[in-house]
Amino acid sequence: MSAPPPDPADIRPDFREILRLVRPGSRVLDVGCGEGALLELLVRENRVDGRGIEISPSGVSACLARGLAVMQGDADRDLDFFAARAFDYVILSQTLQAVQRPRHVLGELLRIGDKAVVSLPNFGHWRVRLDLLAHGRMPVTGALPQPWWETPNIHLCTVHDFTAVCEELEIGIDACAALAAGKPARPIDPARGIENWRAEAALFLLSRRSRSA
Amino acid sequence: MSEAAPATGKFGEAEGVIAFGAEAPLRLDGGGRIDNLEIAYRTYGALNAERSNAILVCHALTLDQHVAASGGAGGRRGWWDSLVGPGLPLDPTRHFIICANVVGGCMGSTGPSSIDPRTGATWGLTFPVITIADMVRAQAMLVAALGVEKLFAVIGGSMGGMQVLQWAADYPDRLFAAVCIAAAARHSAQNIAFHEVGRQAIMADPDWRGGGYAAAGARPEKGLAVARMAAHITYLSEAALQRKFGRELQGDGLSWGFDADFQVESYLRHQGASFVGRFDANSYLYITRAMDYFDLAAAHGGVLARAFAAARDVRFCVFSFTSDWLYPTAESQAIVRALNAAGARASFVEIDTDRGHDAFLLDEPVLRAALGGFLESAALVWGRP
Repeated sequence: MSAPPPDPADIRPDFREILRLVRPGSRVLDVGCGEGALLELLVRENRVDGRGIEISPSGVSACLARGLAVMQGDADRDLDFFAARAFDYVILSQTLQAVQRPRHVLGELLRIGDKAVVSLPNFGHWRVRLDLLAHGRMPVTGALPQPWWETPNIHLCTVHDFTAVCEELEIGIDACAALAAGKPARPIDPARGIENWRAEAALFLLSRRSRSA
Repeated sequence: MSEAAPATGKFGEAEGVIAFGAEAPLRLDGGGRIDNLEIAYRTYGALNAERSNAILVCHALTLDQHVAASGGAGGRRGWWDSLVGPGLPLDPTRHFIICANVVGGCMGSTGPSSIDPRTGATWGLTFPVITIADMVRAQAMLVAALGVEKLFAVIGGSMGGMQVLQWAADYPDRLFAAVCIAAAARHSAQNIAFHEVGRQAIMADPDWRGGGYAAAGARPEKGLAVARMAAHITYLSEAALQRKFGRELQGDGLSWGFDADFQVESYLRHQGASFVGRFDANSYLYITRAMDYFDLAAAHGGVLARAFAAARDVRFCVFSFTSDWLYPTAESQAIVRALNAAGARASFVEIDTDRGHDAFLLDEPVLRAALGGFLESAALVWGRP
């Protein structure tokens, strides 16, 4: 049924960082869980009670075959139907920039979950800025691999844009790490200007600032 | 309670009719009860020592207890041979699979074509109106009589899926997993409308005789065939009909009359004609009525999530098909959302196919793989079968 456990050294750095952030035994919803690679890791390594939402039927089928509880659906429409605080963590990995209503989704993540784990490509990364400045072309980088006409990303932002929207929505940033393909996650202070240049992608652990929110 | 001697076959399949005595009447939602209830059923495979490998399959409107092939080569085919059999998701070499004819049916369980023991005559329209919950209550009696305290899974498509939901609502402690395929938590206005067309066709047939055709030695075959023809269209999709038949003719040219010029007409006539040989018209009235009355939320203050409030520990898997316009995906999504709101563990897959509602009975590799994966992993957690 399930593939044999991967060598811990083979676990993607961003997944490894999420495994570190998510409390073992907690209730987790992975929004946009794909074929369930991360969710399976969380269930196996952290013994979480894991659920997933995935838009593609083939992804959902793959998840079911892995023994995961996954619903076909999408982040824009299907989060509204969960009860408030149904989960300890809601994970949105490299998806926020592709949803129709990122602010709404962000609010929903922290309505249905006590904490949210959100990762996104940083449009403020120096390569992105350089590409635009030097060539006047839409950047194609490790974190943004597709050309403009093929990308699902419709709401790209920088680390600073994201921290600003969190501030507006009264969302607290409990932890932040810079991600780069193949390299271990690097804890950063997202408020520092230099990190908005250096981080190719960033991962945030978020929580509601006021319990009533 | 007594049992007709079960005949056993290749995969330990057994066929029987269980008769509940007057001391165990079936209490009905409508207020009445059925004494001396009989339920015809088949089982495939053997119940293990822990009694933990039982799966109940709930059949759809016009189907029966013959869910899988029996009698080896040359034997009767089952209606779910694509999912039930050795090496398939429902495997008689591992599971104890139970399928029973619903109460109100005409394949051996007590229904309008049975003899009312109080009068010695056919029930006909004196048979009480039954509901999906009544069907499930009768199944629960059977399951208990077969020595199964808790089912590993309850699985069904279409009306069978409605029964699955009812099981979860009414007996949440007696099932571990629930699989609901191409169904809804309530019958829509369109569903009721199509059923009404079918019922009116039957009742308009002079041979129906106010429901008393059995005593008159008649059968409302024309009306029942029309009912089946209309219903059969709803089981397919426009794309599937077009792909299968297009405007292809039966013969060389148009007849300039009302024969079955088009292949699609001939196909529907065949569907109607072959149906009347195996189904009872009054059963069709009663079972379609039970489906129309089905509204799981209604009994729970109109909030579907409340129906599943006690089913939080049941593992659900819900399937829909893109081209199913009888029970469209939105109906399955409503079920899944209610399950989530109730805090239940629900998986959901919409399968891409142009074969319409009937896809649940056909060989759909995605359904087979996903159902297999779901049951495998449920079994690991259940820890026994």
